[in-house]
Amino acid sequence: MARSSSTAPAVLAGTDKADPASASGFKLVLGVVALGVLLAVPFFVYPIFLMKVLCFALFACAFNVLLGYTGLLSFGHAAFFGGAAYFTAHVVKEWGFPPELGILTGVAGAAALGFVMGALAIRRQGIYFAMITLALSQMFFFFCLQAEFTKGEDGIQSVPRGHLLGLIDLNQPLAMYYTVAGTFLLGLFLIWRFVNSPFGMILKSIRENEARAISLGYSVQRYKLGAFVFSAAIAGLAGAMKALVFQFATLTDVAWQMSGEVILMTLLGGIGTMFGPIVGAGFIVALGNYLATTGFPVTIITGVVFMVCVLVFRRGIVGEFYASRLGRRLGLDHRH
Amino acid sequence: MTMIFGIPLQALLGQLLIGLINGSFYALLSLGLAIIFGLLRMINFAHGAQYMLGAFTAYLLLTFAGIGYWVALILAPVIVGLLGAVVERLFLRRLYDLDPLYGLLFTFGLALTLEGAFRYVYGASGQPYATPSALAGGTNLGFMFLPIYRGWVVIVSLVVCIATWFLIEKTKLGAYLRAATENATLVQAFGVNVPVLLTFTYGLGVALAAFAGVLAAPVYQVSPLMGSNIIIVVFAVVVVGGMGSIMGSIVTGYMLGIAEGLTKVFYPEASNIVIFVIMAIVLLIRPAGLFGREA
Repeated sequence: MARSSSTAPAVLAGTDKADPASASGFKLVLGVVALGVLLAVPFFVYPIFLMKVLCFALFACAFNVLLGYTGLLSFGHAAFFGGAAYFTAHVVKEWGFPPELGILTGVAGAAALGFVMGALAIRRQGIYFAMITLALSQMFFFFCLQAEFTKGEDGIQSVPRGHLLGLIDLNQPLAMYYTVAGTFLLGLFLIWRFVNSPFGMILKSIRENEARAISLGYSVQRYKLGAFVFSAAIAGLAGAMKALVFQFATLTDVAWQMSGEVILMTLLGGIGTMFGPIVGAGFIVALGNYLATTGFPVTIITGVVFMVCVLVFRRGIVGEFYASRLGRRLGLDHRH
Repeated sequence: MTMIFGIPLQALLGQLLIGLINGSFYALLSLGLAIIFGLLRMINFAHGAQYMLGAFTAYLLLTFAGIGYWVALILAPVIVGLLGAVVERLFLRRLYDLDPLYGLLFTFGLALTLEGAFRYVYGASGQPYATPSALAGGTNLGFMFLPIYRGWVVIVSLVVCIATWFLIEKTKLGAYLRAATENATLVQAFGVNVPVLLTFTYGLGVALAAFAGVLAAPVYQVSPLMGSNIIIVVFAVVVVGGMGSIMGSIVTGYMLGIAEGLTKVFYPEASNIVIFVIMAIVLLIRPAGLFGREA
């Protein structure tokens, strides 16, 4: 059975081709509606829950840059998410950084971490890449467990939210919410620009056929590393925000279960789609919140959803919608 | 007291033994992973969960059927291996034509489900499993005290590893396996039932994990989380060794176990991460792994 582990995971590819007018019109309407909902929803739903969804949605979108658009399965993204949360929490609490500088520190830290981990992991391909990222993030987990500044099992508690740009008091739930929503949109825009840039096109070519991209003269390793660092930085942005929202950073965010969770969000929502990870994150966070009240272990459900997705639902919610009759009529699906 | 590098000899040898025991489990587990990967081109993320399942099967056999260690040592791997074969038949088979990453994700989901279920029933804390009376106690080697069971673990795992190596490298069945690894279509054309071979291979790999689990039951406690703690380390072992070679994965398993034990003596803070550090160094110097064949 000639299944080489080094072939680019073309089957992971989702729907991300250019759309004709009807589809872009539909997407514009959808985008405007989504923006309206984003602005209005904190008046109806508990803001903390919404901010949690937004943080995880951005995290999943960042992860999707690698899996969906570059074809690299990272099993270690918790390191960037949780690492940035630690960095931000530390500089804000111990060094008195303002929140915007704290978030930047988290992003920079995650990017640096991503550079080191990425540089090692891209030396192998396919499932080895996944195993290496998992092992390296576990190493970072043990580092966080033993390091002085992370406060071990307790984590960094009662992180002050502070005043954004010295003006806006983030202790107001709505101010915090709109800051998170704004950051989320900024992150999403950066991702959108990134994957639709010439750089992003080369990443897709690597995903589709790595050998051909090499033969065309692209130094594939550099592009992969660039995508890895970018993805790590955005994941860090999400983690830094989460630290401010919840006002703590703990080991949960750097544990391997978190890396699995973000994979599931992306898989459930739709790998390689722009909005799939957001939908997936919404589902998984809501599920976690619901199950937390019942006492039934989340991991059983998570595991089953994982298996079902892989067996029969590989396109995910958004991917299935794009491929459905309605989606095709709207011109959203362009795969043949 | 004899000292080596400022460390008491007893402590050194004691940690060396612990390292050797951990290495035994790493070797058995990475061997199973390598066998499965060789033919199925898939990483079995559920390997840790199946190791845990082996330990729990032994525990349940003892608790509910009164079946002791010696029978469980054979029976538990058979039961868990058969369960693995069923999983392969029902689910994994559907994923062979897809990207190998889907196999990894499916077995990851399986691992989460199994661990979640056992954690739900038995909690996160471990259940004790008594050392069989024939192997209880210890013996004084003059320079250190050796618990007999630990010596037994090292010896029996070595025997099983070598037997598995022999099965794959020296028997007719192993020749079929290796041939199917190289070119499954051609082997099928020669009249070998490759689908059955795939099921058997997965079952064998899983049985090895379960066997390691039964061996581990008296050493560690039987806990739902015992598998996920060890599997990530075993992944690093597999990256270091490269999965191309059966003997390579065995040797790497023991070597890294010993390296971990020695680190515990000289720099205990790093003992959790030393295997990952070694992995990083190997990736820098020899990306294909110590025994890897592919580029």
